[in-house]
Amino acid sequence: MTTFAGTGALVRFALRRDRVRIAVWLVAIALLVFVTAASTVALYPTQESLDRAAAVAQDNPAALAFNGPPVALNTMGGQVAFQLSSFGLVVIGLMCFLMVVRLTRSEEESGRLEMIGSMAVGRYAPLANAAIVVGAMAVAAGAVTTLALLAQGLEATGSIALGASFTMLGLFFVGVGGVTAQITENPRVASGIAGGVLGLSFVIRAVGDVGDGTMSWLSPIGLVQKVRPFGGEVWWPLLLALVLTGALLVAAAFLATHRDFGAGLIAPRPGPPSAGRSFDHPLGLAVRLQRPAILWWALAVALVGATYGSIANSIEEFVADNQAMADMLASAGGASIVDSYLSTSLLILALVAACAALQCSLRVRSEETDGRAEAVLATPTSRSGWLRSHVATAFVGSALVMVAGAFGLGGAYGLVIGDLGQAPRLMAASLLYLPAIWLLASIAIALFGFVPRAAYAAWSGVALAFVLAMFGTLLKLPQWVLDISPFQHVPQVPAAAVSALPIVVLSGLVVLVSGAGFVGFARRDIG
Amino acid sequence: MENVIEIDGLVKTFGRFTALDGLDLSVERGEVYGFLGPNGSGKTTTIRVLLGLLRRDRGRVELLGGDPWGDAVALHRRIAYVPGDVSLWPKLTGGEIIDVFARLRGDVDASRRHHLLDLFELDPTKRSRTYSKGNRQKVALVAALASSAELLLLDEPTSGLDPIMEAAFQRCIREARADGRTVLLSSHILAEVEALCDRVSIIRAGKTVQTGTLSELRRQTHTAITAETTEPVTGLDQLPGVQVLASSNGHLKLEVEPAQLDDVVKRLSHAGLRSLISSPPTLEELFLRHYGDDIENPTAESEAGQ
Repeated sequence: MTTFAGTGALVRFALRRDRVRIAVWLVAIALLVFVTAASTVALYPTQESLDRAAAVAQDNPAALAFNGPPVALNTMGGQVAFQLSSFGLVVIGLMCFLMVVRLTRSEEESGRLEMIGSMAVGRYAPLANAAIVVGAMAVAAGAVTTLALLAQGLEATGSIALGASFTMLGLFFVGVGGVTAQITENPRVASGIAGGVLGLSFVIRAVGDVGDGTMSWLSPIGLVQKVRPFGGEVWWPLLLALVLTGALLVAAAFLATHRDFGAGLIAPRPGPPSAGRSFDHPLGLAVRLQRPAILWWALAVALVGATYGSIANSIEEFVADNQAMADMLASAGGASIVDSYLSTSLLILALVAACAALQCSLRVRSEETDGRAEAVLATPTSRSGWLRSHVATAFVGSALVMVAGAFGLGGAYGLVIGDLGQAPRLMAASLLYLPAIWLLASIAIALFGFVPRAAYAAWSGVALAFVLAMFGTLLKLPQWVLDISPFQHVPQVPAAAVSALPIVVLSGLVVLVSGAGFVGFARRDIG
Repeated sequence: MENVIEIDGLVKTFGRFTALDGLDLSVERGEVYGFLGPNGSGKTTTIRVLLGLLRRDRGRVELLGGDPWGDAVALHRRIAYVPGDVSLWPKLTGGEIIDVFARLRGDVDASRRHHLLDLFELDPTKRSRTYSKGNRQKVALVAALASSAELLLLDEPTSGLDPIMEAAFQRCIREARADGRTVLLSSHILAEVEALCDRVSIIRAGKTVQTGTLSELRRQTHTAITAETTEPVTGLDQLPGVQVLASSNGHLKLEVEPAQLDDVVKRLSHAGLRSLISSPPTLEELFLRHYGDDIENPTAESEAGQ
């Protein structure tokens, strides 16, 4: 077994090096499960309300496509599984292939694996290391899922079945990540292919679940959902998934030994030998560096918006049967339930756009820590000019993401009701969210200017805004706590009327806070 | 002669760690200046202060007659920089990155770029993600050398290059000097410094410990002598500045200070010289002399970050 030599040492090292990352994933998953279960329990206080929700969801294609197969929807467990499993499975799959690629291909690309490979480490050890570490994460994620469900008082067998399906899907994507990491020499492409597999799994099961469910068998997500948690559990699909996982791992090991170190199965194509005209200014470089992320965000947000928009018209009958949901939408105010729903959807899209704004703004920090900012600032590019080009790109880019989301929302809703004026109406309304989005990004810029080591702490601002917006009303938090979030002050158009004052105040804060970041950055050491 | 770089008593601290502790340096226009020191001695910190990336705590720093912190943008038009640890944008090709720097500097010389790409045998169509350390360094070197900057700040630019590329690099630096450009070359590749530099400074723990031309530095140190004589030579130990390392049956190994050289050779000659080998001190010996105690007693100093 010398081909596995050194695996133990690699595993200990990976656990030690990635302990924070691993903990963050597991805590996030536990929170996701717990909060989703808690809010579902709060949303349906009586059996009657569950029955009504079940009747509505069963005939709603959008709900089926988004949430999964309707299993025992008239029970609390079935409802929780319905709300949780498709999204939760995507998160678990994401965690697993990202971690596997990180532990294999990223290590290889960085050259660290080469050092390790020169020591007494077997041929299969890096792959085995990833499979063991991430496999253990999948098991732990399933365990915390089960525990979080039990903590909500849900039935034990169903909780275990849902947790087990999470683990099994995670293991499957350990295999997928293991294979894609062998295919290309670029870790991002490896993650991209695995992400494509995950996305396709979601789409196939969505189509299957809207139909009679046969097609769902072809999707790994659909397959583990055939376990039917809380609805008379069937366990053998897990075994089938396990066999498929084993096959993927064997394939990954085979590919790993049939390629050169550092190379992929697909050779990289040559790129342009000289730079295009767009690089004539620091802004061109910033745009080029951030463009891929912005386009992916815009595409994803547009799809989410389209999903929300496609069910907007049927929201009225859904809410008619659900007082808690009606209360939640009513907090947006407004004349019609559809307008309230559209406003709430815009708010959710704005929160996602804020994530995009933050990721793009924080690019300056990774440019600095990776040493690339130093090389640019050693040219006649001023500090403020460099920072300005990145911040401008992040602001305009996040605006693009927001408007793309509103386009998806309004476009899909407009197609359903046959009114193409909806898209421009909602795109205009979405602009009102920009100051709030930029304010969260400005916090990152201010931190970058004064305490660069803490720049990533700006994510906690987005997390707080997210929690307050999604669960604030449900958790009955006092108004002053809700008011901490800048999104609380954005006029909820189209449900509410436009008012200029909050927009002016938020815009002023954006200028002040991000401006402070520029002042701090001009005065501090780089690096 | 006008000084391009003038540093007096430069101090830079990071929290409780003192990276530069009263460093002095002056570089004249048109010379190739060697900046020597082991890892962690403060070479990179000094260059970052010169680039206005770090703010000095104390001391005087003048670069091309300006203040590197306050006049950064204007000064950077006249400077090209090659970092010690070259980090590039992984998705851009080498050619794109060279152009990015050229355009940010605002001075593009297409024919020189082409010539340098050939000289360093660099494929500009490869994504920088796939470059080795040596190739990343070549990208930074081509970008810097293709510019018409009057001052080149090079921070260990050749640590990843093979001997053939090292020779190409040395040719480029000689050309740069012939063009009247000034070069500050931080390095610990002593053969390279001996081959290229007019003057050198040796720094240690953030302080300049020795400065001068190579011949000046050599004059301050011992010449090694190996001799064989027909009769035994006595009394050499008593001479000041002479150290007898080995002596048996007319075979001698000595270290002699320059001032005593004449006297020692006369005495050897009187004893009937059979063979004589005299070797001047190499830069390596100079260098090791300043860091010798580090080698015998490796302390935290050599581990400290730059």
